[in-house]
Amino acid sequence: MTTTTDLVSYEDALASYDPVMGLEVHVELGTKTKMFCGCSTALGAEPNTQTCPVCLGMPGSLPVVNATGVESAVRIGLALNCEIAEWCRFARKNYFYPDMPKNFQTSQYDEPIAFNGYLDVQLEDGTTFRVEIERAHMEEDTGKSTHVGGATGRIHGASHSLLDYNRAGIPLIEIVTKPIVGAGERAPEVARAYVAELRELIKALGVSEARMEMGQMRCDVNLSLMPKGSDKFGTRSETKNVNSLRSVERAARFEIQRHAAVLSGGGTIVQETRHFHEDTGSTTSGRVKEEAEDYRYFPEPDLVPVAPSREWVEQLRAGLPELPLARRNRLREDWDISAHDMQAILNAGAIEPIVATIDAGADAASARKWWMGELARTANETGTSLDALPITPEQVARVTALVAEGSLNDKLARQVIEGVLKGEGTPDEVVEKRGLKVVSDEGALGAAVDEAIAGNPGIADKIRGGKVQAAGALVGAVMKATRGQADAARVKELILQKLGVEG
Amino acid sequence: MPGITREEVAHLARLARLELKPEELDHFAGQLDDIIGAVARVSEVADQDVPPTSHPLPLTNVMRADEVRPSLTPEQALSCAPAQEQQRFKVPQILGEE
Amino acid sequence: MTDIIKLTAAEIAEKIASGELTAVEVTEAHLARIDAVDEKVHAFLHIDREGALAQARAVDEKRERGEKLGPLAGVPLALKDIFTTEGIPTTVGSKILEGWIPPYDATLTKKLKAADVVILGKTNMDEFAMGSSTENSAFGPTGNPWDLTRIPGGSGGGSSAALASYQAPLAIGTDTGGSIRQPAAVTGTVGVKPTYGGVSRYGMVAFSSSLDQGGPCARTVLDAALLHEVIAGHDPLDSTSIDAPVPPVVEAARNGSVAGMRVGVVKQFRGEGYQAGVLQRFDEAVTLLKELGAEIVELDCPSFDLALSAYYLIAPSECSSNLARFDGLRYGLRTGDDGTRSAEEVTSLTREEGFGPEVKRRIMLGTYALSSGYYDAYYGSAQKVRTLITRDFEKSFEKVDVIVSPTTPTTAFPIGERADDPMAMYLADLCTIPTNLAGNAAMSLPCGLAPEDNLPVGLQIIAPAMQDDRLYKVGAAVEAAFVEKWGHPLLEEAPSL
Ligand SMILES: [Mg+2]
Ligand SMILES: [Zn+2]
Repeated sequence: MTTTTDLVSYEDALASYDPVMGLEVHVELGTKTKMFCGCSTALGAEPNTQTCPVCLGMPGSLPVVNATGVESAVRIGLALNCEIAEWCRFARKNYFYPDMPKNFQTSQYDEPIAFNGYLDVQLEDGTTFRVEIERAHMEEDTGKSTHVGGATGRIHGASHSLLDYNRAGIPLIEIVTKPIVGAGERAPEVARAYVAELRELIKALGVSEARMEMGQMRCDVNLSLMPKGSDKFGTRSETKNVNSLRSVERAARFEIQRHAAVLSGGGTIVQETRHFHEDTGSTTSGRVKEEAEDYRYFPEPDLVPVAPSREWVEQLRAGLPELPLARRNRLREDWDISAHDMQAILNAGAIEPIVATIDAGADAASARKWWMGELARTANETGTSLDALPITPEQVARVTALVAEGSLNDKLARQVIEGVLKGEGTPDEVVEKRGLKVVSDEGALGAAVDEAIAGNPGIADKIRGGKVQAAGALVGAVMKATRGQADAARVKELILQKLGVEG
Repeated sequence: MPGITREEVAHLARLARLELKPEELDHFAGQLDDIIGAVARVSEVADQDVPPTSHPLPLTNVMRADEVRPSLTPEQALSCAPAQEQQRFKVPQILGEE
Repeated sequence: MTDIIKLTAAEIAEKIASGELTAVEVTEAHLARIDAVDEKVHAFLHIDREGALAQARAVDEKRERGEKLGPLAGVPLALKDIFTTEGIPTTVGSKILEGWIPPYDATLTKKLKAADVVILGKTNMDEFAMGSSTENSAFGPTGNPWDLTRIPGGSGGGSSAALASYQAPLAIGTDTGGSIRQPAAVTGTVGVKPTYGGVSRYGMVAFSSSLDQGGPCARTVLDAALLHEVIAGHDPLDSTSIDAPVPPVVEAARNGSVAGMRVGVVKQFRGEGYQAGVLQRFDEAVTLLKELGAEIVELDCPSFDLALSAYYLIAPSECSSNLARFDGLRYGLRTGDDGTRSAEEVTSLTREEGFGPEVKRRIMLGTYALSSGYYDAYYGSAQKVRTLITRDFEKSFEKVDVIVSPTTPTTAFPIGERADDPMAMYLADLCTIPTNLAGNAAMSLPCGLAPEDNLPVGLQIIAPAMQDDRLYKVGAAVEAAFVEKWGHPLLEEAPSL
């Protein structure tokens, strides 16, 4: 087991080699029930409460395919521009593992339901890269093991393990790319952008929440290098279960450097699985198997073939939503922002909140300003996502409306937002409770202005003398006196008017 | 094609998770050889342009609606477990990848 | 009580319905018979005395309340220990499942209960239904009631022996390569392998999923039909279950006739390895069919010569995968868990101890046939043979309505004779296997005793898929003619135990 590896610098690695990547992504579908039985897939249940003879692999039990699982697979395939098989089968992938109750995984082998597609992804600078899709197929998840007795709760050193099969049998779609060549130094970025785009696509289809931190979407990064000028693929390593976008990028980058170091030193790459470590950003070798796996695939005799009719496929195609990249491009034009700004909005997870806020009546610029400013900051600080904040797009829209009608200024609006986030009620309730209202009573405002002029004769003279910019200081004094609840523009107007200066 | 060695039998036994005894390895090597020798005739048709039959019935698209059905209780699920702990199946340490 | 146990299922049901007998009386008579003879026969692995009597009482109460009873209400039945029974042990004849009490009923078990059939207990079988003699049971062999030193057939030897020794008028078997028909043949009883997909496999512990099929066993053709109707039908829990009405088997059994029917005789179903007396009785049966008005047609099914080979690749391959779940982690036996061994080691030790030699042999064979480099030559070719066999059947059924053959090449052989000669054992299924590979329906019924050993010979009738009723139409006619010729059912000639 190698834990430390001499690396060559990324630049040096890329100077001598071209990376070739293959990405395998497993997506847990958000169906109500498991792929082959009627057990619930709801998260957070007590251990082994969502199991039955089928998903426990009890003798005599038989699988029955979840129709929604197949429909989701076809929709994913269509969204990835794949061909949909006219006839395909499930296959058994035979290997022993304690978290797999039947000791075979019901999967698909040489007859995937979807194949030969592509997904266009956009890089940070707005350029588009086409990732070719080899296949998308249906399979089932395994149970979960907890390792007891080891110092770290990991397999190594554990005295025994405890198995919960609630997750066993949850539908998975495995999406496999063709070898990604030609990305060069941008390979890690492409990997990240691909997984990010795929996640958006899955969410847009509504087939899964695709939350990587919850394991609903997991990525294996296969990587090899070929010497510059060569077109013969090198031996690949397979980094398993990389569970965040950032890690996908880092894992690819690390493997490029590690492979380059091994190859440049005259060594050979071992075909093996590797594990990525978040803390160090490095990968380590998995257990080396004495013998190559031989999965002994054969057609699952307990299930009959799936033959999606062309009519049904076309019906599903017609029902696909606008796909994320096209939609982002459309929104970018509507909102009149740069590709870079759009990327930032995407990264912040702010597209849906902004769209919903606009739908609730806000203008695009304001909606964007709040979600990418105040709210993004709050989410960041509290370590949650935008959609998890205790404020709705409708409420944000209401705040922008209050600003637009002049009842709130920016400063007050921020306080309203803060109040909503603290659970003090709706924007109107917060305004009410906190007494946040622009002072629009002309009499009261006039008195405050008079007071400011009287208190600052020097400044008043300057203004009278034509130095209009000096009005700012008087505005500040008025705002202070009204605890910020005045409309600053109106205050300035009044000052200039009273001092006989044209604004 | 036959000529199954003791080594091959040992490999198969590992794949099939059978801790065969040494005498079983020898015994099975001989018997598997005989059986394979006898049934290898099927490869006479290997070149024929005949579709394979994996299912005796020409059924397709047998599916169920995505509707939750009652699960077992955890007591039922675990009722025959050789060992259990914290409502989970207790198994010996797993030699995983790490 | 002798009279009760000699009654047919149809007669028992009628007498219970009319009040001439109570279900409890009938059940007690059979339990008494089990007590008297099963120590010698060893047909049962588990007897559910309480459950059987409770079910019988429920039937009697139902009758007293004036509720309508099903056609087999109160009739005792011996259930092969391969179907799960909630709360009742299910071992599949294997040590690896000793003590397993399933938390669920097989669909077939549910249907039997719903029909008020009284389940007496679970019958012995070759471990995981792998065998033709019931010698592979982890719990000891079953004797053939005709000669207790001989095998009762397999894998369903417990069920056939229970029928032949009058311990139950009905039984359930499963037929992957002949495990209903061959035991029926060698015990002088009736057994039917329905069309694949005709009877739900849910809750039937899998041996070879694409071949396994549960079916009825009885002492008469009509009884088999009555049971067939109870257990057959579409099951949404079994994806390979046929969603179509059950063929009218009972009606066919009540109206036996072969007049005007075309009956095929396949030239591949005789030759070397066939006992002379078996062929003699078979030929007499063909003559009888002609006398009864059937037209006999010679058939050539060349691919049948490859059936046995294809079967011994497909069945082991599927079983190697189906039996992978027995790993000692979730249910059943666990061996060697001393706190130092890994899960992997414990699994290997458990499987080594829990499986008998035939099961291990087939797991190894299947693992080999599926492994990379061999798949195409073995499993792939076997699947092609399957297509060819299906085509041979299809062509044949253009010319004939049913096909007949001996069920098995020989009569019951002595226990131990083929125990460690797998190839010799496999030959017992020579005539039954093509049907499993093609998925169509077949029946075995008695056609006399072989002159050389005075042991029963079975006549196999084969029908196209979903035409199971033809088996009963022909079977009932043949049965009636033979009984008339012999003056009594064949089983009357069996020695009393
Ligand atoms: Mg997979
Ligand atoms: Zn389940």
